[in-house]
Amino acid sequence: MRQIEADIIKENVKQLLLKASYDIGERMTEKLNNALKNEESSVGKHVLKQIIENDEIANDEKIPMCQDTGMAVIFIELGQEVVVTNGSLYDAVNQGVSVAYIEGYLRKSVVDDPLFERVNTKNNTPAVIHTEIVKGDRIKITVAPKGFGSENMSAVKMLKPADGVEGVKEFVLKTVKKAGPNPCPPIIVGVGIGGTFEKSAILAKKSLLREVGEHNINLKYKQLEEELLESINKLGIGPAGLGGKNTALGVHIEYFPTHIAGLPVAVNICCHAYRHSSIEI
Amino acid sequence: MENKKINLPIDEKILLNLKAGDNVLITGYIYTGRDAAHKRLVSLLEEGKALPFNVQNQFIYYVGPAPAKPGYACGPAGPTTSYRMDPYTVPLLEKGLKGMIGKGTRSQEVIDGIKKHKAVYLAAVGGAAALISKSIKSKEVICYEDLGTEAVHKFYVEDFPAIVVIDSKGNNLYELN
Repeated sequence: MRQIEADIIKENVKQLLLKASYDIGERMTEKLNNALKNEESSVGKHVLKQIIENDEIANDEKIPMCQDTGMAVIFIELGQEVVVTNGSLYDAVNQGVSVAYIEGYLRKSVVDDPLFERVNTKNNTPAVIHTEIVKGDRIKITVAPKGFGSENMSAVKMLKPADGVEGVKEFVLKTVKKAGPNPCPPIIVGVGIGGTFEKSAILAKKSLLREVGEHNINLKYKQLEEELLESINKLGIGPAGLGGKNTALGVHIEYFPTHIAGLPVAVNICCHAYRHSSIEI
Repeated sequence: MENKKINLPIDEKILLNLKAGDNVLITGYIYTGRDAAHKRLVSLLEEGKALPFNVQNQFIYYVGPAPAKPGYACGPAGPTTSYRMDPYTVPLLEKGLKGMIGKGTRSQEVIDGIKKHKAVYLAAVGGAAALISKSIKSKEVICYEDLGTEAVHKFYVEDFPAIVVIDSKGNNLYELN
């Protein structure tokens, strides 16, 4: 068994969250610049310029690109031959979150409990942690701090098998159209198809860990991603929802086997602050 | 695109000339408020009490800034989604509030209130928080400090960038596209 100190996990979670909050990354920068080049709406161009300049300032000055530094969503792939020593895995993750949000000047946006008291926990914990046990003796940590302007515009629907591809398209388009300007377009649309009610939602979230515009390796799903992106960009919502052809920069689909009676579909929308960062230890 | 410079508190003649789609640069004091602060402000009005600050001819910015790094006047401070403040907006317009800055759609009730009270709704670019914070020159908490980032702040802004979405005649940029 390979031993990994809890403190190493804590430190890595902290560093990943800071990087994700300050640095949008090359791929998103390239996508935003391409959008600026092909945008026809003058207000759309105006908005895209502000977003690009904003992301440069954030990276240069090491300040968050968006004041909503999100709820910390953490995906962990834990090798089954790994033992975490001197502490628990989840405590280490939450300590990393707490230190990052306090020391990194990130906004603390988590309240407990959700319905009655809604008191800020003051360190942005707890994180939402998704753990998968995998083969091997390594641990992969991916952080994806998620803002709620776009999270609030997400939806799950239990379609009928008979609804098929057209039903999926209709639901995705309807969800994006209804969201309009609210989720800070240009957006990235994560779609989870299959599994159960909750599995489809996790798939949709997981698809948002991909590099923007990276396609599913299954060619049928890749084609569906391309068709949906084209249809979404014909809606005319545009940057900041003020009109234009750049409503989404990518559509990502993940799928999983499902029940004979069902076709669950989840749509998880991410704003242009498309933040995630990952490390394998 | 041409920018119109406006000062706060807003002159009503200037406000009436703002049109959906105009780019504006705002200078002056603006107040901040999100869900929790709005709930308290409107509760005061329902109890017949005075607001903790005068909203006459002022703008409220829907924002919860991130903490400021040492040497910064304000942390990143982009707009939050406005529809969550819809249930609280008309009572403030009735008290003389003339503008709201946020992002995203408003309810018909708010749009009607904007027309009736000759006010304006502006969008700042969602997610452009680091850029927007450069126009915020000072910040102080006015009330509800216990709410942390959701407290009501008073910002002094210079050339704060925003776009007129709903003008005093009720024209709505989101609908025009």
